[in-house]
Amino acid sequence: MSADRWYAYVGVALIALALYAFLIHTHLLRRLLAFNVMGSGTFLILVGLAQDGRGVDPVPQALVLTGIVVAVSATALAVILVRRLFATSQSTSLPEDRPA
Amino acid sequence: MSTLAFDLVLGAALVATAVGALFSRELFRGVVLFVVFGLLMALAWVRLQAPDLALAEAAIGAGLTGALLLDAIGHLKRRRALSASGDRAPGDRGPVDRISGDSASDHRASGSSTPDEVAE
Amino acid sequence: MRARGRQLVAGAVSASLGVALWQAIGARPTPSVSLPTLVRDAMPMSGVTHDVTAVLLNFRSYDTLLEIAVLMTVAVVALALRDASNQRAPARRQQLVLDALVWRLTPLLVLVAAYLLWIGSSAPGGAFQAGAVLGGAAVLLRLSGFPIAPVDHRFASRVAVVFGLTVILGVAIGTLLAGRSLLEFPVQWSGALILFIEAALTVSIGVVLYSLFDNAPQARLSEPTSAPSKPDAEPGR
Repeated sequence: MSADRWYAYVGVALIALALYAFLIHTHLLRRLLAFNVMGSGTFLILVGLAQDGRGVDPVPQALVLTGIVVAVSATALAVILVRRLFATSQSTSLPEDRPA
Repeated sequence: MSTLAFDLVLGAALVATAVGALFSRELFRGVVLFVVFGLLMALAWVRLQAPDLALAEAAIGAGLTGALLLDAIGHLKRRRALSASGDRAPGDRGPVDRISGDSASDHRASGSSTPDEVAE
Repeated sequence: MRARGRQLVAGAVSASLGVALWQAIGARPTPSVSLPTLVRDAMPMSGVTHDVTAVLLNFRSYDTLLEIAVLMTVAVVALALRDASNQRAPARRQQLVLDALVWRLTPLLVLVAAYLLWIGSSAPGGAFQAGAVLGGAAVLLRLSGFPIAPVDHRFASRVAVVFGLTVILGVAIGTLLAGRSLLEFPVQWSGALILFIEAALTVSIGVVLYSLFDNAPQARLSEPTSAPSKPDAEPGR
């Protein structure tokens, strides 16, 4: 197994784990962590799968670079929204996840 | 062959720190492990021959995201401490309850403010 | 009992997704075109010598345009959610080691950012890494209590936030007006245009990333406390 394909498989494991965490947790910051790990797993698959047996490929690397920057800005916006939600409702989970 | 062993160990470490970050009992420890995960990802990008991605992941993924999340956690803790007991001085942390996102309160049907759930 | 059922469903969903992805990676079809070959053949026309920079700023410059638009949108939303009473005037103590470290480190960080921007045309680097380092330097200053200006409604702040998008949009419209397709640089100018766009992007990315950290809503209780609650006053930091 080449190194690139191995990292693609690692990305699959990360996606599966993070999806489970995303579905299980109700705390929004934990869901944000899960979302970020899922994003990292996706990036690993993008680059690892493209470069498997075909050498260094700059196109998926450029796409993932864009993805990393967009992911951090989306995470920052989500953190701001969570803080806003907390300031108004004193809770860090969505209304449908809170107990009745 | 030795480089493949390094890749195996790095992949296992990635999964281990991800598990720690996602399923840690305390949210603070989870975020710290997430920063470690970001740095290990930077190493993985080096192994995938993507130095631009390693630079970006180290600066953005580990540095800025870690700072953002730690800032948010600190803010939530202090906000809950202040509102739980309004006559305390700001910055004096009150009982850290479920607002810190400890996983003891996630799985159960729990109330919104139960100060006895100190999972610190 | 409901939580256990939720765990089972979540476990089943994520396990099946993992297995499906595993199979898909194993059964990868052979591609019809070889992108590395295409990029390598087009490199002499790109104006830079580093392939990732060429792809990002020339061959797929449209993606970069959209990305900086996303960054600007997020900055605008953060600005809109900004607390009007976001008072951060610190009564900061003098912390000798931290202050000495920070004021020595900040010029070095700016230098590193400029270097990354410049070297991006021939080695790994470029606008995003440089902008991230700049944003990190600003966040470091903010966390150390230095009186760094907030990103708010003032004209200078708004110019800094939109600067990158304006430049790359301007170049895009310029190429359209010159009769070319969108963002198709003339070959003899492509190196200079790429550096120009990257410089503007660096400034904007640094400012936007700092503003996302700085404009987070602060805790504001209904009864005012004795000191404004702000994250960098937390003891034990």
